[in-house]
Amino acid sequence: MASFKPTKIQVYPKLGEKVTQDTLYWKNYKAPVQIKEFGAVTSIDFSPVTPHNFAVTAFTRIHIYGPFSQEPVKSFTRFKDTAYCGRFRSDGQLLVAGCEDSVVRLFDVSGKVALRLFKGHTKAVHLTDFTSDRYQILTGSDDYTCRLWDIPNATELTTYTEHTDYIRCGVTSKLNRDLFITGSYDHTVKLFDARVEKSVITMDHGQPVESVLLYPSEGLLVSAGGRHVKVWDLLKGGQPLVSLKNHHKTVTSLALSSNGQRLLSASLDRHVKVYNTTNYKVVHNFDYAASILSLGLAPDDASIVVGMTNSILSIKHRKNQEDSKEIAGQQRRRPSYRVFVKGKNYVPKQDDYLVSKPVKEHLAKYDKQLQRFNVSKALDTALGTYIRFRKPEITVAVIKELDRRGTLKNALAGRDERGLSQLLNFIIGNLVDARFTPVLVTAAEMILDIYQSVIGQSPVVDRQLLRLQDLVKREIEFQKDLLEVLGMLDTMFASSLPRKEVLAQFYRPPLGGAVTSKKLNFHS
Amino acid sequence: MVEHGDIRVVHCGGSKINFRDPVITHDSRFLLCASGEAVKVFSTSTEECIHELRGHTGLVTGVLLRPSNHLQVYSSSLDGTLRLWDFTDGILIKTCVIGYPIYSFYASDKHENVIFIVASMPSDKRRFQLVAVHLPQSGDQMVEAQELSAVLSGVNPNPAAIAFGRGGEFIASVNDLQWSLEGGWNTFTCVACHPKDDCIATGHEDGKIRLWRNFNHKKEYTYSTLHWHHSTVSSLCFTPEGTNLLSGGVESVLVQWRYNQESERDFLPRLGGAITHITVSPDGSLFCTSHSDNKITIIQSCVKVSAVIQGLVKGDIRTDLMMDPRSKALVLNGKPGHLQFYSLQRDKLLYNLDIVQQEYIHESGLQQFEVVKAAFDASGSWLATVEERHQKAAELELNLKLWAFDEQTQSFVLNTTISAPHDAQITAMCFCQPTDSQTTLLVSTSKDGHFKAWQLAAPAHTEDEGPSWLCDFVSAYHGLVPECCSFSADGSLLAVVFQEVVTVWSPSTWELLTTLSQPPGAVSDLCFGRLSCSKYLLGTTASNLLCWNLLTCSLEWTTSMDVRRLVADPLSENMAAFCYQSGSTDLFVFKPSEPRPLFSHKAVCSGKVTQAVFAPREEMLESCEESSQWLNRSQLYFLTQQMDLMTFTTKAEEDRLLASSKQVSSSHWFSMTPFYLLLGKHRQQQQEHQDSDSSLWAERTALPQTSASMKELLQTPAHVLPSTSYLCSMFVQSLLISVSDARSEKAHAEEEMESEKEEEDSEEEMESSRSKPELAAAAATESDTPALTKAQARELRRVRKLDHSWLAGLLDS
Repeated sequence: MASFKPTKIQVYPKLGEKVTQDTLYWKNYKAPVQIKEFGAVTSIDFSPVTPHNFAVTAFTRIHIYGPFSQEPVKSFTRFKDTAYCGRFRSDGQLLVAGCEDSVVRLFDVSGKVALRLFKGHTKAVHLTDFTSDRYQILTGSDDYTCRLWDIPNATELTTYTEHTDYIRCGVTSKLNRDLFITGSYDHTVKLFDARVEKSVITMDHGQPVESVLLYPSEGLLVSAGGRHVKVWDLLKGGQPLVSLKNHHKTVTSLALSSNGQRLLSASLDRHVKVYNTTNYKVVHNFDYAASILSLGLAPDDASIVVGMTNSILSIKHRKNQEDSKEIAGQQRRRPSYRVFVKGKNYVPKQDDYLVSKPVKEHLAKYDKQLQRFNVSKALDTALGTYIRFRKPEITVAVIKELDRRGTLKNALAGRDERGLSQLLNFIIGNLVDARFTPVLVTAAEMILDIYQSVIGQSPVVDRQLLRLQDLVKREIEFQKDLLEVLGMLDTMFASSLPRKEVLAQFYRPPLGGAVTSKKLNFHS
Repeated sequence: MVEHGDIRVVHCGGSKINFRDPVITHDSRFLLCASGEAVKVFSTSTEECIHELRGHTGLVTGVLLRPSNHLQVYSSSLDGTLRLWDFTDGILIKTCVIGYPIYSFYASDKHENVIFIVASMPSDKRRFQLVAVHLPQSGDQMVEAQELSAVLSGVNPNPAAIAFGRGGEFIASVNDLQWSLEGGWNTFTCVACHPKDDCIATGHEDGKIRLWRNFNHKKEYTYSTLHWHHSTVSSLCFTPEGTNLLSGGVESVLVQWRYNQESERDFLPRLGGAITHITVSPDGSLFCTSHSDNKITIIQSCVKVSAVIQGLVKGDIRTDLMMDPRSKALVLNGKPGHLQFYSLQRDKLLYNLDIVQQEYIHESGLQQFEVVKAAFDASGSWLATVEERHQKAAELELNLKLWAFDEQTQSFVLNTTISAPHDAQITAMCFCQPTDSQTTLLVSTSKDGHFKAWQLAAPAHTEDEGPSWLCDFVSAYHGLVPECCSFSADGSLLAVVFQEVVTVWSPSTWELLTTLSQPPGAVSDLCFGRLSCSKYLLGTTASNLLCWNLLTCSLEWTTSMDVRRLVADPLSENMAAFCYQSGSTDLFVFKPSEPRPLFSHKAVCSGKVTQAVFAPREEMLESCEESSQWLNRSQLYFLTQQMDLMTFTTKAEEDRLLASSKQVSSSHWFSMTPFYLLLGKHRQQQQEHQDSDSSLWAERTALPQTSASMKELLQTPAHVLPSTSYLCSMFVQSLLISVSDARSEKAHAEEEMESEKEEEDSEEEMESSRSKPELAAAAATESDTPALTKAQARELRRVRKLDHSWLAGLLDS
């Protein structure tokens, strides 16, 4: 006596991207917190010391947010014009910011009024940073110059005038107090050494440079400008390593994941892309609502902060372990380990006689009903709310099985208005799904056959039948268009192939499978 | 073209075992069933065939236990004889010549020496009558029955249509339309009589069972209806005590009705194919159902299937005949949705592989998935199957499945399912053959005008489990329909036939190398030459057999014959062509390089042959005759239009088979107990040992294990045996090979007797010796012929026992 073979649920290939470790990691963030700022958010900088507050520069203000608060813990508002590039010193005590009015201001994080004002630039200052010895400030300005300032005296130390266009980005070395890098709209990235008072390495990016970033080891440099992100090897004298072109608009900001394994780039095309820094392949992608101007990543990737042109600041916090544990705790308690493995790890000895116990097969509810030939009930079960919405493939498989048994008509017949409208709803929702079409078309035709006598009696059913008709019409139009496109492609392929002596047409299938055109001979 | 007398076409295995209802013997140990021209005796516990009772020259139409002797069995045949057999030893006792073909026969306890047979009427061959035959009482082997008397005329030849009630007091017979006692209104299919009561159960085509009573009084009969079956009831049977009624039909559900409490039913579902016969053992402990898929199921007390005897299923075979390269089993369509693996050497079904993996609905007229194509790769590690389901007014459903051989479970495991691989039916499918290359390639051709190449590809993402099959290449040729495809032996060329044109492709670059064609007529079969003939490509059209030379790309030779099937021997250059000519099929075996055929056989069978295969032999034959050399390495099997499996044998082979069958010992059917296994192994080793020792069979000494003690030990039930410690010495003794067998055995027996006597003596002496020591001493001196004192003898016995128990322990481990 053979056992009942359960209904086979067709496994369809999962569409869309494959689930990798990276997607799991980068998806493990909570829903973003959105904060409205006063203008476009141009810069985000995380404090190097705990609790890792971050400074957000937007319009004429700099707000400092705590790691969890949604209100700013501190605000600097004494700017006459748009502020730029608020950055923390390595001890997290001081903050420097440039301004449209060419004055560079230095703040104490706990104070309100600027401690020092650095005047000397003639145009807006977009780049400010502290050197690694903490006593000097690097600034870069739209007057094509970058300067080093002494903090205690507020005096200018050196001026570099090598760039021939606006200087919009730069970074100081964390390991050497004399080295700093600037990127400019003249398409070059220059590495300066304060000891020789001129640039040591010049790299040509090819586009106006919007952002530069140093690896923690400072052997590699990443520059972003135009649609390109380029990686340079500084130890080989600025040799280009890779050029990435994954955005379709200007890349505005760069960030490194805390362990240096992943590189993030944000662009005006509203995407943040995550690269693997060993092979520079995109491993993940974030979508945002508006063009992104600035991007910040908290240490240990605890949060991703993105500033956009529509003056929205979006903060995503990482889900911590406790949260996921809480979810697990809500699940059903399983029997204890001891009970679970009882006898499982017993190794039979040589003389033991094994008594094999038949494994009791678990059947799904619809299978049990199919086993008893309760076809209508089986269809009802398969049309249950959970299965219908979450696993339509099961419903379709049951309908297919009923069709194979020749009892689909019996199962579909004899339904009241509610049951019929539920059924029609399912068919309307899934009919145009290419995976389900052949099965559901048969079912829909049968429904029309069975219930054609009662059309006009129920407004609900009538409305759904009209919807079905529309749907089919639209689908037929789509199919026509698709076939036209296919025909065009065929001609293109045919003309692009070199003409062989032997007349044979062959082509490689585009997706490894046959292109099947759906046939819809459906009259309603 | 010469006919060769020493090569014969023979039927090969797989005869029907579900033709007539089987019989279970009184002790429930054996099951007898008619199988072709023989009666087969199966063991109900081990499912093995123990004897084949051969002798009839026509189809056996019935088997019955002799009512007066339950160790003998009657069989009837279309050759007009009744034969009486002793089924335990497989001996023909008596042959009774009736003279008319017997369609079925009956016997009852009340009528001694009378057999009722169903034979055709002398006047009209299409009408049948029930005839009582008085068996002549003579000691002769061959007797002729003279006393015939007609009982009923116009009966149904189907054995289920007649039943004897109450040990032969009345006869119930149903006909197609009328009920022989009183008229009915539904077509009857079967009838059964209650063994104790006056009650007749009839099965009907509408699925109803009617129980008729009071039929002794005219016009006053009553009946009740039982209805569960949804289609024809094909078999009915009462249990021996009449407490239950069993019924079965096309649903393949055995239904057990309580007699007089008909609302209570038990079901045993999903037994296999449609039930054709039901029988119950005389003690009522075993039920046995025959199924339409050539299967007999033995059921223990209506709850558990205890054994399944499965024959070769020969229904609608749509796949080609194939050989599994691993198990060397013949593979073809079996049960619906299954592939069967049939061992040709042992004439036994090995297993069924479930291809469709769907619940089979037993309902006539339902379109279900069927396996239509299957192909093995050269090493047997991959199996490709195509299943299709064609429904009216719906699209064709096609599935291409690829199965990988799993070493651990020793069976095929589903690797990839490709649904809708083509838009239309798949016409042919073949694997790339080379054994050395790593990549495996499958090519399928379809009626949609394309052929596709499928390749095993590693998954794109490493996290996925294993490699799966992907489409590698699609091609068409002028919109023509590809009919068949073939890879060359080394896998470097692929030939695909597009009606009249043979296209030759390179599988490595997928370049069209050349086209060959020889109009008129579409090429229907294609085959590459092998070994030294690998430069030839052979094709068949409706009127010609064509041979192209691939080096010159030109036609080498052609002959005009209507070849229906072309098969290449994988182990030699030989090819076999089955030609259809004026109603029968001829066979030609040839080498592509030689113009003269090696062998030809006119009219191997009537009708067309479309399925054939070369099966490699287990051991090579050494035939020096030129005409039979092609059979040395492999054997040719083919299926006739009547779905009979046939093969070719040489005379030498037949002689050898005959000789070997004589050597088969009678004790084969012992059930396999661990004890038997232990002994059997031991015996085998000894036999081998002896074989190597003595070169001459005749001089071999009689084997000690045939001794009486061993037989006694094995055949006596355990609970009547003496204690093990007592038997052990005997047993171990019997295993030892003595130099002079006869003498030692005698001595052993004497010793045994003596020791027993001594034991009794000694117990008496225990008391007596204390009181009369002098008497004991006297007795000791008296019996000085053995020259041993009692004490010494006892000591000796003790030592012997000790020694033997230790030895037995060693043996057991």
